[in-house]
Amino acid sequence: MATVEQTFHHHRHGYYCMLDLQPITHKGKKVLQEREPKLIENTKQSIFFHGRSTSETLRKCMKDLFQLKKPDALPLKGKHDILPMEDSSPIETSAKKFDSSLFFFGSHTKKRPNNIVIGRLYDHQILDLVEFGVENFKSLEDYPGDKIPIGTKPCLLFAGPQFELDPTLKRTKNLLVDAFQRETVSSIRLQGLEHVIMFTTHENKIFMRSYRVLLKKSGTRTPRVELVEIGPSMDLTLRRTKLASDDLFKIACKKPKELKAKKVKNISKDVFGSKLGRVHIKQQDIKRLQTRKMKGLKKTRQEKLRHKKQPRKS
Amino acid sequence: MTVEMDTSEPKDNIIRFEGTQDPSKTTSVSKLIELEIDVGTLLASDTNELDLKELRTNTDDYLKNLARDNTQLLFNAIWQIPSERYEDCIVAKLPQPTYVLPREKPLPKPKPLTKWEEFAKKKGINSKKKSNVTWDEVLKKWVPRYGYKKAAAEKEKDWIIEVPQSVDPMTDMFEKKAEIKAEKINKNEYQRLRNIAKGKKIKVPSMGLPPTGKLNSLQLNSAANIAHVSTASLGKFQPHSSKEKLLNKASILQKKKKGLPQPKSHEEQERNMKIVNTILNKGPRVDLDKAVNKHIHSEETEASDRKNNKRKGRGGKKKKAGRGGPRNAKDGKKPKVDSQTSPAAGQPINSNPEHFDESRKCAIIAVLTGSD
Repeated sequence: MATVEQTFHHHRHGYYCMLDLQPITHKGKKVLQEREPKLIENTKQSIFFHGRSTSETLRKCMKDLFQLKKPDALPLKGKHDILPMEDSSPIETSAKKFDSSLFFFGSHTKKRPNNIVIGRLYDHQILDLVEFGVENFKSLEDYPGDKIPIGTKPCLLFAGPQFELDPTLKRTKNLLVDAFQRETVSSIRLQGLEHVIMFTTHENKIFMRSYRVLLKKSGTRTPRVELVEIGPSMDLTLRRTKLASDDLFKIACKKPKELKAKKVKNISKDVFGSKLGRVHIKQQDIKRLQTRKMKGLKKTRQEKLRHKKQPRKS
Repeated sequence: MTVEMDTSEPKDNIIRFEGTQDPSKTTSVSKLIELEIDVGTLLASDTNELDLKELRTNTDDYLKNLARDNTQLLFNAIWQIPSERYEDCIVAKLPQPTYVLPREKPLPKPKPLTKWEEFAKKKGINSKKKSNVTWDEVLKKWVPRYGYKKAAAEKEKDWIIEVPQSVDPMTDMFEKKAEIKAEKINKNEYQRLRNIAKGKKIKVPSMGLPPTGKLNSLQLNSAANIAHVSTASLGKFQPHSSKEKLLNKASILQKKKKGLPQPKSHEEQERNMKIVNTILNKGPRVDLDKAVNKHIHSEETEASDRKNNKRKGRGGKKKKAGRGGPRNAKDGKKPKVDSQTSPAAGQPINSNPEHFDESRKCAIIAVLTGSD
């Protein structure tokens, strides 16, 4: 969880941002600059909040999900009279205020018990919204034994052919990766690969399971993997979805030109691993090529004169 | 475990043939369809068909086994990438993620070029990097070009400034220097604001105050107040509208009224009589000092002209003596005083120091804020 100061900081500058005010202090200016569009983006922050009514299960579930997202998450206090599927503008407002582009929303009604909405935003506007019903929930606390340290980047596993075949589930998979992958890192400590989250889909259901990794000796460099379930574990039923159009999604996925790898021209490697370079040279003038001198090929006087008249092209 | 040839992982095959028969120790996993693995995101997607019977009857164990196998495959891939020892732990360098995720915010827009940057780009001028410090010949030490300790060095260096002969000897050169600096700062600020306006595509007139499209409440109120008192009776008999805010007590008009002492009757009479007399006895007002000076000046110029003419001999056109106007202008030279006050005589900037004063800056700010 963010510290009290950080939260306050968020609140104050979120307020400025909401009203589109000019920063007064240097620090405020820095904060607003941090929020501007960037080439390499910040880690996506997420907000957690509840709807008009919740259940015990849902509260525990949201708490556990928050535990998995710490410290890139902010829980909002109290109840919020919001229906994300009907009107998402309040979410957009608070997401802009806290500069977060992911949100987890929990609500519990008779029609949709233990309802959880996971969504993401692009440019302060809702991109994808997916509603799940939580069943067979088991909390982190329900499992004995060691837990994983906060901020561990999880390995994400997706199983089931439906994740590739069904377009809704395909996008849902993308959303889940976005929601649980944490920050992108350039290097990772091999011993730090401790957490695995697996999503398995079958018949409109997604089974979410979370495991701790135990690395065993295998006699080779690569260790043998054993898993211990640590929770949270739940079966998510896919309810309503509000997904972005393919056009908008494509725009949102646009990669900046500066980050695209430059095409390496004229350098290649052959099968043996040696580097080959292709060099372009101008066409040679074969007529002026110095060949072996022979009496028979000697130029006549006239030819020499003609040669002199045409100056050598450099 | 069924022994299957796995072409993608030759290492595992070797292990198997070496005799690691125990299925609880092996690192190899066989799959019908290979997993899609993105090492950069630590992501593995298994598109193989699930064992539905197992999934229904023994969900948790089945999922755990599936997860173990998939994790093993992901870890096999991770352990393949080059790693290095960093202090006490082994760190693997992850490649760039290949799984495409949407961005949080749109791509950053390129910053609009300033007028100078535009010009430099057009002309192909590349700004060279200047060193932070320069060698000062007077102080015999390295002095920063700007910022911390620059002002102190300047103070140390210019503790005395020579007054040039062309300038009035009583001028305060330090004051002049400060004035020049203030002008430079104002000019820079003006240009900065102009660049912002240019970036936002707002038109700023090159001369005079720009008309503001929308007045804010403060401006409107002050305009109403001024209109209210702009009558012969200074707004004394002007009725107030209910919505109008009453005159601000701090306004200049109120202050002026307040500042005047209550006149006594005979004083008032005297004052009025004075006014009447000046009007009735209207004659040419003579400033004696000025007249005398003018006369002396004309005599002197006449004398010098005569002298010059004598030296030159005949032919020189006789100048009319005693006419007003600056002497230097006649000679076609630049006015001397101006060349001293202007900070950069050679530069094509406005030499009037008042040109970049507050009002001009405020005008641009008004345009910028008015358009937002």
